[in-house]
Amino acid sequence: MKVSLDGIGFPGGAARPDAGAGARAAGSAPAGLDALGVCAWFGRTQVLDDVNLSVTPASVTALIGPSGCGKSTFLRILNRMHESTEGAQMAGEVFLNGEDVYGPGHRLTDVRKQIGMVFQKPNPFPSMSIADNVTAGLGLTNTKVSRSDRVDLIEECLTRAGLWNEVKDRLERPGAALSGGQQQRLCIARSLAVRPKVLLMDEPCSALDPTSTRRIEDTIAELQEDVTIVIVTHNMQQATRVSQRAAFFLAEPGRPGGIIEQGDTVDLFEHPRDERTSDYVNGRFG
Amino acid sequence: MTTTVDLAPSPTPPSEPRAPRRLSPGLQPSDRIFHGGATVIGMVVLALTGAIGLFLGYQSIPTLHTYGLHFFTETQWLPELNKIGIAAVLVGTVEVALVAMVVSFPLALMLALFITDYAPKRIKSWLISTVDLMAAVPSIIYGLWGFYLLQPHAINVARFLSQYVGWFPVFHVDTDPNAAVWQQSRYTSSAFIAGLAVAMMAIPLACAIMRGVFDQAPLGEREAAMALGGTRFGVARTVVLPFAKGGVIGGTMLALGRALGETAAVLIIISPAYDIKPRILEAGTQTTSALIAGNFGNATKSQLSALLTAGFVLFVITLGVNSIAAVFIRRSRSGAGTEI
Repeated sequence: MKVSLDGIGFPGGAARPDAGAGARAAGSAPAGLDALGVCAWFGRTQVLDDVNLSVTPASVTALIGPSGCGKSTFLRILNRMHESTEGAQMAGEVFLNGEDVYGPGHRLTDVRKQIGMVFQKPNPFPSMSIADNVTAGLGLTNTKVSRSDRVDLIEECLTRAGLWNEVKDRLERPGAALSGGQQQRLCIARSLAVRPKVLLMDEPCSALDPTSTRRIEDTIAELQEDVTIVIVTHNMQQATRVSQRAAFFLAEPGRPGGIIEQGDTVDLFEHPRDERTSDYVNGRFG
Repeated sequence: MTTTVDLAPSPTPPSEPRAPRRLSPGLQPSDRIFHGGATVIGMVVLALTGAIGLFLGYQSIPTLHTYGLHFFTETQWLPELNKIGIAAVLVGTVEVALVAMVVSFPLALMLALFITDYAPKRIKSWLISTVDLMAAVPSIIYGLWGFYLLQPHAINVARFLSQYVGWFPVFHVDTDPNAAVWQQSRYTSSAFIAGLAVAMMAIPLACAIMRGVFDQAPLGEREAAMALGGTRFGVARTVVLPFAKGGVIGGTMLALGRALGETAAVLIIISPAYDIKPRILEAGTQTTSALIAGNFGNATKSQLSALLTAGFVLFVITLGVNSIAAVFIRRSRSGAGTEI
């Protein structure tokens, strides 16, 4: 199965060896992500039906659509977080650099390490300092680093997340003492520390004020050359600002959700092919 | 000469400082009834506990008056010879309770963690009801179990411990563990075996509290740890245990309170011995509650007072332990610093 799929050659199927600033993101390169025929159920209710999405390496893809259309569920299928929910099931395949992350021989923890996630609500570990929050993933994945490497890693990840200048003098203070926007950037730094190839963001700005939102969007723009980003957002202006490609999700009443249209963000917003997309991006519903 | 008087009242008397307004919640009748009922029941519980304490305290006055501080330093309990003290009994109580804690703490902790973080859903509900059932078994049954089923095997463990770590006073037994025909009776009826039986009763209590607190660990933090590639153990170590620290301590102390007061099982297993000794594996010990249960039946009035005094001391100790536990549990539940 895997071999034949490799033969077909997905758009994002192979990692580009020259992709990204290799020196900065040592040990990882942004990877392509392809979802094929993804379906999802919660109990007996099907929430996603036959979703196909191709994500180019080192790009930002926005998933837009009204609430309850399965965007977040789809995102959580991409890094195998979906199955941690009680009663959740899925079908289909997700290829990371051409390898099915649900295939045999793929450890759940390895998949999640390679495909990081930033959540809607900032969730730093409250019992840990800012510095310990950044390196929490190393302990969780049993990655040993020397003390000096650890210090470098903390600075590098906080810098990439755009938080270093604000916290460099108080790295030993608790992470929960930061503002909401800072906490969210701390969570981004924490995700970056385990060197993910892909970073999934589930409405990362919906709980934040406009200034913090702007900071996160700047961070996304800077990160995208090192790591492929998929972002779920309710904010269509945000989608046009941060993403190159976009996919519009919709669930008809009583039916599972799916992608109505996908393509370049500019095309999707300015020349939508589907009437429903046009209605949504022009604010006529949702 | 008349002075003009300004009869118009000044709108705000300048001398009176601003005070906060009294706010009335404007309760519905149903709310009022519930509020009143809950208050009464809460007060009754407090009053009952207070009354028990007062009763015990009042009954101990004659004893404490007669024996004074000697009551706390005397090891023997010989009312006929007018030698009464709870020094040895208190030590025995603490030894049994500590054995119970050392055994039950890791078991309860791992059981609770398994239930909340590892067990599949079907097994989970079964486990919860089984553990709850453990709490419903009468303590006398644990006593019989400990005496008839556990003791014949536990003495082998006791002998093994005294053979290899007997140099440590706690595990020493005053007999030759290496004798070809070893003195089995020297290892029976000890604080160790009583503690094992009490541990079985402490486990469900500690486990229920820990499970409750583990379940409250915020999903957002759990998912954060999982999304970083954390294993289940990693999630437990990074999120659940730090969050539940207070609950773990509180649950353990509540179980300790239970262990300190356990009577029937201890009474069946131990053989009374009134000396202060650290040797928990050796036959013979005595605990406060077992002392009371074993002696009040044929006690004279003054002997009863002495027994109640011992009960009063236990009451105060248990109350203290439980109060400290309550503080820890409340701190953990309030989740200070975890709300984001």
